Formats: sequence, structure tokens, C-alpha cells
Amino acid sequence: MSELMKTPLNAAHRALNAKMVDFGGWDMPVQYPAGILAEHEAVRTRAGLFDVSHMGEIRVKGPGALALIEHLTPNAVSQLVIGQIHYTAFLYENGTFVDDLLVYREGEEEFLLVVNAGNCDKDFAWVQTHAPAFDCTVVNESPATGQIALQGPRSLAILQPLTETPLDPIGYYFFTHGQVAGVPCLISRTGYTGEDGFELYCAAADAPKVWDAVMAAGTPQGLLPAGLGCRNTLRLECKMALYGHEIDDTIHALEAGLGWIVKLDKGPFIGRDALLAAKAAPAARKLVGFKTLEKRDIARDHMPVVKDGAPVGFVTSGAPSPTCGINLGLAYVPTDQAVLGGRFQIEIRGRAVDAEIIRTPFYKRQK
Amino acid sequence: MFPADLLYTKDHEWIRAAGDGTAVVGITHYAQEALGDVVFVDLPEVGATIGQGEEFGTVESVKTVSELNLPAAGEVLAVNETLADHPEAVNEDPYGAGWMVKVRLSGGLDGLLDPTAYAALVSAESH
Repeated sequence: MSELMKTPLNAAHRALNAKMVDFGGWDMPVQYPAGILAEHEAVRTRAGLFDVSHMGEIRVKGPGALALIEHLTPNAVSQLVIGQIHYTAFLYENGTFVDDLLVYREGEEEFLLVVNAGNCDKDFAWVQTHAPAFDCTVVNESPATGQIALQGPRSLAILQPLTETPLDPIGYYFFTHGQVAGVPCLISRTGYTGEDGFELYCAAADAPKVWDAVMAAGTPQGLLPAGLGCRNTLRLECKMALYGHEIDDTIHALEAGLGWIVKLDKGPFIGRDALLAAKAAPAARKLVGFKTLEKRDIARDHMPVVKDGAPVGFVTSGAPSPTCGINLGLAYVPTDQAVLGGRFQIEIRGRAVDAEIIRTPFYKRQK
Repeated sequence: MFPADLLYTKDHEWIRAAGDGTAVVGITHYAQEALGDVVFVDLPEVGATIGQGEEFGTVESVKTVSELNLPAAGEVLAVNETLADHPEAVNEDPYGAGWMVKVRLSGGLDGLLDPTAYAALVSAESH
């Protein structure tokens, strides 16, 4: 087995007695001693601090940068103002996913692409492959970059004393640059939990300083360090897609319910023709949210959805929901069965159990 | 972490024989730690007869699910009803309040690990 990759905060996790796991080749904390339920609750009601330094950062710069990213992604990049962010994807010609990502507009001709850790090498190669036709440079800044996510309703109160940058004016999906605990950071009002919060990008070597400062400022306010375990339950409650689960290279953007990131009228981009065709002919399957009806029935990733004993779909993500107190999941089911209140069955270890389609997102914060 | 009065399985269950032909079964500290927060324990009907190494239930945590296998053959005399409302007892007190089933033994306690052997197994698995 090859050596696991480590983020700049690896020693901090070990000092906090985190339970470390191999996450796509990275040595990452799945939970700290408080446990997934307590960490989940901290993020929903107070604050949690995540190390997401494993995520990939790719910088694209130059006169052709905008045109390259317009070509590679379905969302309307030209609509972004400087300091704004949007969610989008890299698609193959057939409309399926290379990856999903965030695009940060740093300048007229400069963009930061934030991609999944496990796909970073593939994504960087993908961008590089298409870049020569455009006048721009493409740099993989991932190894040099640390990323820390502060999430939860107390995030602003915890972070503001550590920076002179006024945080309140930063809108959701906007960012700015400023110092946090004396460290130059990109301060982004984004997250993967459904709560208010900030994602801080800094030089890898400075990440421990930022982490320690936020931990110290947040602990008296009930902040907990939070691992990948609760990151998954938090994002699932908000129906945020996870690559390898709701989206991958066999599922296209419209099936995944991500039509809102696909701007078919923006001009050509990779995957557009396939999605235009897909739009004309309704998809055979659709992603739905469901709950199982019995407490004992907890659906898990990849379990088959069955109808009259025959497989008709599959669960993409499933878990007990700490906030909702019921067992939730997302699944692809035939489109004609994808109606609110509709019932289907999931095969759990040889038993077909009942599930009901319910409204998503399962959880929405009060604003 | 490895109480001396218990025998263990390679799958991280423990069994405490009472000396009157009955025994109590649960999962080890190492097992509960690996699972994380337990949210549901599915246990058998009282009266069920289950062979050594056969599945008697499942334990679900937030993150994953694991089968429970009976360390020694027997008939189920009782199940821990309190786990229905307090599954966290498995995490908090795996060798006590987190017990799972009580059985009347129908065979021996062959093939089980003593505390020293189990400690060595855990040490090997966690490194």
C-alpha cells in the first residue's frame, strides 16, 4: 500500500485524538472523540471546524481563462462578478460528470477552481488537455493550499474577532481576501453543510495557525472539530451531491437534478449537445429523496431499489438523519415513479423494506 | 479494555459465561469505537436457537452496519430491551449496560480467544 497523503493539519487531528481513515488516499479525520452525532449537532446549532485541505485548487489565468472555463463547464461563468462564486461541473461530451466544482472569479481574467480531492489529478489533466486552444495558464495549487471550513450559526461571531475584514457584508457564494489570525486568506462564504459559514483558503504552511486560532476562539462558543463523518450526514440532509454517489461518469446532469447549473443558452460547452437531446426526451430515471418507514431499516449507499422483486434503481446515499430523527436517503428511481408520497422498496440485506418519497432538501435552515 | 472474565471472537464480540449454563453476549470496546455512534441494534426473538458463529442481529451506526455473530451456540433467553431507546449504551458501556443477548448455552466455548489473545488481535488490527 502506498503512503497516505497528509494535510498540513494532520498533527492537529492526531493531537485531538481524531479517528483517522483512508479517504481516497488521504489520511483524514472521520470523527473526533465527541462522535459524529455530537459534531453534527454542533454544526447545526453552534459551529464545527473542518479540515478540507485535501480538496483541489486549480488556478486559471490569462486572456483566454474565461473562454476556457465557459467551454469546460455548463454554468454561465461570464455572469460571475469579481468576488463571486458558483457551483458547476466538468462534463464529458455525453453530459455525465468528470467532477463537480466551485468556480471563484478572482479577476476579469483569473479564476480559482475548487474540485474534489479524489478527482484532482483527473480534473487538472482535463483542464490541461483543453487549455492549449485558449490563451491562459493552468496551475495546480492544491499541494500548496490549506483549506478550513468553519460552519454553523455561530461562525460569523467566532470568526469576526480574528479578522479586520468585515464579514457580514460578504454575501452567500461571495468571497474576499483578508487576514485571519495574521494569515493571508481567501475568505469564502460557502460550505457543504447547509449552515451559514466560511471556507478559508491559505498557504498550506499557515493552515495550523488559522486552525488553532479558530479552535481557540470557537471553543468557548461551543465549536467542535468536525470530521468527514458528519460532513456526509450534514450534506445529505441538504441533498448536496457527492461525487461517486449522486453523480459520476454514468449519470448526466439533468438526471441528477442539477439542471439549474446547466445554462443551455449560454453558448457551446462540452456536454451541451447531449444535454439538449436529453432535455427533449425525458430522463428514464430521477434522483429522489426518501425515508424508510421503520426505525430498523437504514438504507446505505448502493443498495438496490426494487419493485415487485426486480431491481429498478439504486440508493446513492443513505444514513440515519441526526437532525430529522428518521432514516433518509437519495435514490435513482424510474421517472414515472418519482412522485412525492410514492412508495418503493429497498433491498436491505435480503429484505425488501418500504420507503416513501419525501420533499427535499430534508433539512433547510431558518434564515 | 479487555476484561479478564470474558472470552472473545475474531469478529469483536464478547461472551461472559455465568457458570450455570447461561452466558451474556455483546460487542467489544474496540468494535464500538470502530463503529462510532450506534443508532440501532436489531436483536433476535427470545426463544430463537442460534449456532456458534451464526448471525443473531445487526448493529447500525451513523456510518455503517455490522453483523452480530453469536460466539457460542445457544437459545436466546433474553435480549437487552433498553437498547431500543438507548442504543448509545453500546458505546458508553459495551461490557455492561450495552450487553445484547443472554443465551442458554447448548455447546461449548471452543475456538474463542482469551483476553491476551484478543488484545494481540486488536493490537495487530490497529497497526
